[in-house]
Amino acid sequence: MRVPVYWRARVRCVLVLLVVVIVAAPIGAQSPLRWGGDAEGGAPFVEADPNDPSRMVGFDVEIAELVATRLGRPARFVQVAFSALDQSARRGDFDIGLSGIEDIPARRASLAASVPYYAFREVITVREADRSRYFTLADLRGRRVATLGGTMAYDILLQAEREHGIVAVSYDDDVHPYEDLVLGRVDAVLLDHVIADRAQRRTAGLVTHPDAVATGHYIIVTAPENTALRDQVDAILREAMADGSLEAIFRTWGLWNDDQPRLYARVLAAATDSAAVATPEGQAASPWPARVPMSAALPRYLPSLLRAALITLILSCAAMALAVALGVGIATGRVYGGPLLGGALTAYVEVMRGTPVLLQLFVIYYGVADVIRLPAFAAALLGLGLNYAAYESEIYRSALEAVPRGQLDAAHILGFTRWQTLRLVRAPQAFRLALAPMTNDFVALLKDSSLVSVLTVVELTKQTQIFATNVGSWLVPGLLCAALYLAMSLPLSHLARRLEQRWKVATT
Amino acid sequence: MSGTVRVRGLHLTRGSRTILAGVDLRADEGEVVALMGLSGSGKTTILRVLAGLEPADAGAIEVPKAGMVFQFHFLFEHLTALDNVCLAPVHVQRLARSQAETRARALLNELGVGHREHALPRELSGGEAQRVAIARALAVDPPLLLLDEPTASLDPARRNDLGDALRRLAASGRTLLLTSHDDDFVHDVATRVVILANGRVVEEGAPQQVLAHPQHEETRRLLQVERQRR
Repeated sequence: MRVPVYWRARVRCVLVLLVVVIVAAPIGAQSPLRWGGDAEGGAPFVEADPNDPSRMVGFDVEIAELVATRLGRPARFVQVAFSALDQSARRGDFDIGLSGIEDIPARRASLAASVPYYAFREVITVREADRSRYFTLADLRGRRVATLGGTMAYDILLQAEREHGIVAVSYDDDVHPYEDLVLGRVDAVLLDHVIADRAQRRTAGLVTHPDAVATGHYIIVTAPENTALRDQVDAILREAMADGSLEAIFRTWGLWNDDQPRLYARVLAAATDSAAVATPEGQAASPWPARVPMSAALPRYLPSLLRAALITLILSCAAMALAVALGVGIATGRVYGGPLLGGALTAYVEVMRGTPVLLQLFVIYYGVADVIRLPAFAAALLGLGLNYAAYESEIYRSALEAVPRGQLDAAHILGFTRWQTLRLVRAPQAFRLALAPMTNDFVALLKDSSLVSVLTVVELTKQTQIFATNVGSWLVPGLLCAALYLAMSLPLSHLARRLEQRWKVATT
Repeated sequence: MSGTVRVRGLHLTRGSRTILAGVDLRADEGEVVALMGLSGSGKTTILRVLAGLEPADAGAIEVPKAGMVFQFHFLFEHLTALDNVCLAPVHVQRLARSQAETRARALLNELGVGHREHALPRELSGGEAQRVAIARALAVDPPLLLLDEPTASLDPARRNDLGDALRRLAASGRTLLLTSHDDDFVHDVATRVVILANGRVVEEGAPQQVLAHPQHEETRRLLQVERQRR
């Protein structure tokens, strides 16, 4: 398992976004072996070499090169977001995929999977101060426990939610769970020991309990029809287990341990049947379900999808309320304020409109965490609200300026103060003008709210992604997700159109 | 309430353009004074200065509280005719709503648009909107009423109605100052006409006198242009 960072937004409801990075590959007689992995935050699996970012380093890189060499083909790296690796493999975007890919039944059912090449333990990491407080998931009742979404670890946490009353928090990458652990936003992280070791070296004040909550294996995947290549990969992996090449690679990365010889012995003993070793004894208790048929998954996921839709709706409404309140203030300041206030507000509007809302969300949640530590939902609300306030203020400003000057003159002569003129004459008419564009913005906000899943808020799109990952298909979850968004946005679009038409009549 | 208007040496420039170049003007209670002049002669600007909408560069101004009726009315589009008239009495004069409405209805009835009190401005004809605008201006009981091109959007019948209404208002002791291109209307309604050209008063007097026997070359040109237009 492991890593994609801020990419979730891009792979959203729909299929797969591919960014292909071509790593210098020697030109051989053979066509290159394209291997897919995610280099973003991917240490020690796959990452850009800090000394030469055009080169990839990591144990998965070395294993891919080993496979390529033994196939007599040059290796070529293909960058694929972690959460999209399965779909990419199925589409044939690369020949083999390896990037800490977990051996789970759902994956084995939908792709051609190799024999396992590494055994990992799911381990709990806590803050130094909690070292003797939290040992197991059962100790963490009522506490927030973080992990990377769409992984075995996340499924274990979901089960622990039901059994032990913990709160599972899903991240899109494997770095921020540990950062938030240090910040106190979560109280424990459950992840592969490979990742936990790395985090502990990177960040002071963390302790990892050595006991495994569960164990799992990393595998190589190919497109489901490409079993011939898979069989070749199996043979190469077995050979590398027997001749010590794999051991050498893992020793280089400090990841060799006693679990590996036991795994290799089982793999080599099973000889030809790769699936036979997939679920070795003693870990059949893995909470990961066999691939869930859609008919069974649907009733199970529907309530959580509806809940997530509710979160999307509540978040959007609250963020819009904030945006409207701030927008009115900004617009009034720009229309009535002096040059200093007006300039400052204009700068605010330009900065908020000119930079990605995703960046703003990250700055609010992670960037200023040392100064103010906002909970995820509050940060999401604030981020969306502050961003949309800039857009709303522009609507209100132009609406205020659209009220004819002559009416303001008339009000002045009648003896109204500036404030009375704004309140009684200008604002009521501006509001009518602004209503339709505001409604349109609200529909846009409803959809933009999916961005906040990068802050661990499980809203509709995120929940759909979890659903899709677990059932191994985007089709039904994607359609359901789309239907729920439309159910929320269509009535609003309809309202916007009606208001627009009413205004059109009003101005003729 | 004294509706006396006294203006002496009014100057106003905008950038390099001289709009008013020393205007002297007076109007007394019960008078209907018409300002005439070609476009750009400064008629409307004088009304705006008297209404307090534009500051003058120089000159002495003595002017009572004024109400103004704009050429394009500028009624408050979101309010009914009745609410347009009531708004200032309720929020500026702090009259009770019911009292304000009673007075507003009386004004609208007097001007012949009582039956349109619930209409929104966009539902009113040009003539109706103008009379609602007059009612709105009169609602705060100003001694001076300024009207910018009141006949511009009216047919002849409506123009006569307006003339009657304005004469009644003057007879009740108000001072009326209006701009117009329509010398027939001015002839019928005004007690005095003031001819403006290039930001100055070039001729003034009783309309029967000035319009029938113009003394100044600019007045003759003005009347020629206006008659050709019709």
